Amino acid sequence: MPLSVKHILGTRGLSREDIETVLDTADSFKEISTRQIKKVPTLRGRTVVNLFFEPSTRTRTSFEIAGKRLSADVINISGSTSSTVKGENLIDSARNLEAMNPDIIVVRHESSGAPALLTQFVDCPIINAGDGAHEHPTQAFLDLLTIREKKGTLAGLKVVIVGDIMHSRVCRSNIFAMQTMGMHVAVVGPPTMIPVQISSLGVDVSYNLEESIRDADVIMMLRVQLERQNKFHISSLREYSNLFCLTTEKLKKAREDVLIIHPGPVNRGIEIALDVMDGPHSLILNQVTNGVAVRMALMYLLLGGSDEDIN
Amino acid sequence: MKSVVLNASDISRAVNRIAHEILEKNKGAGDLILVGIRTRGVTLSRRLQEKIREIERTSVAHGILDITLYRDDLRTGKISPQLKKTEIPLPIEGKTIVLCDDVLFTGRTIRAAIDALMDFGRPASVQLAVLIDRGHRELPIRPDYVGKNIPTSKDMTIKVKLKENDEGEDQVIAIEREA
Repeated sequence: MPLSVKHILGTRGLSREDIETVLDTADSFKEISTRQIKKVPTLRGRTVVNLFFEPSTRTRTSFEIAGKRLSADVINISGSTSSTVKGENLIDSARNLEAMNPDIIVVRHESSGAPALLTQFVDCPIINAGDGAHEHPTQAFLDLLTIREKKGTLAGLKVVIVGDIMHSRVCRSNIFAMQTMGMHVAVVGPPTMIPVQISSLGVDVSYNLEESIRDADVIMMLRVQLERQNKFHISSLREYSNLFCLTTEKLKKAREDVLIIHPGPVNRGIEIALDVMDGPHSLILNQVTNGVAVRMALMYLLLGGSDEDIN
Repeated sequence: MKSVVLNASDISRAVNRIAHEILEKNKGAGDLILVGIRTRGVTLSRRLQEKIREIERTSVAHGILDITLYRDDLRTGKISPQLKKTEIPLPIEGKTIVLCDDVLFTGRTIRAAIDALMDFGRPASVQLAVLIDRGHRELPIRPDYVGKNIPTSKDMTIKVKLKENDEGEDQVIAIEREA
């Protein structure tokens, strides 16, 4: 089954079939990363450009490894080493890249909508690797894959997303994708970090961590975006930790089989306690492994062509 | 125009004979791994495994290959088949691999399967078992075990139906396009 979309800009509006295709394909790709020779020739001669205007270790490396395991040539361009420092604007940068005939451009940008804007100026598929506070679709796919692996199914599960809901593109992508898959989503955090209109997305809102995790199947901890906290969304990190840090003590209120995920990077001891992060409920490293598989699946599906079985 | 070229008992006899031939050629089932190519090749390799169990009273190793990622027609943009899992359960180093598929035609699937296999290690040898050989090879590839040779024209379709994968009875049908 090919995808019904040419670009992966977000999970909003993606059909259940598309999401399932991505997850099923990613599931098949996982085996390649366990081989001794972790490479298949599928995208030989194709070029993947990673265009990252924001710092990233995990996501950029994950895209790079995914491309390389499919035998594509991967080129990394980061904001600080690109011509943007000479004043070139995003559209001109993209047009110049396009002139070198890449097959996929992966974009991370601090402005919401930057990847969508680029689709108007380039022909090749674009994958959004995080744009402002808008979306981070590949993170949502890998979260869903991680959850589905452990629970066997997605529909009907209850997920609680904890922390800085306002700034979180991970949270938005997950809300859209999870709702499409029939999951129930609740958000919890300090009132200053939860947008007033969030309930219009159909999610439950709570300001009390211990109460909200009581019947959760999955707890998703978000990173406190310390670089954005100069706007006084919380009075102090210590107060935030007291109320919203997931500790063994607080976890006692949750179900025995609860899963804990975190998009990383983790502020140890601020949003999640050390022993919880390394404990039996935590799937943080499974998420990273699945991230590579999800990105391989997307590159394969976007460049695979249409569906026509050949005998 | 449709005609049945093999019925259920023909297929069963062919699988039976191939199982014996594999054992004869390799002097038993030691060091063998049967590897089915998705989808119907896997059904055949499973049946061969079962037959060999009956004959030798020993369980021969079994693996599954999905060759999608190794196809040479991915770039033509014509296909995007659903990728399924490849399962090679043990090291193939030094083993004798018997690749199994339903129809041998251009040989391109087998080329892809051999490439895929080599990424798992260096087998002692690779043999090929097919239910139908219909000719028209585009690569220098030949089978070691054949259920039936069927001379075909190039635009003819050979349809293999196996009850594990398809509705109804086991059979192989040749479909001639109307002129």
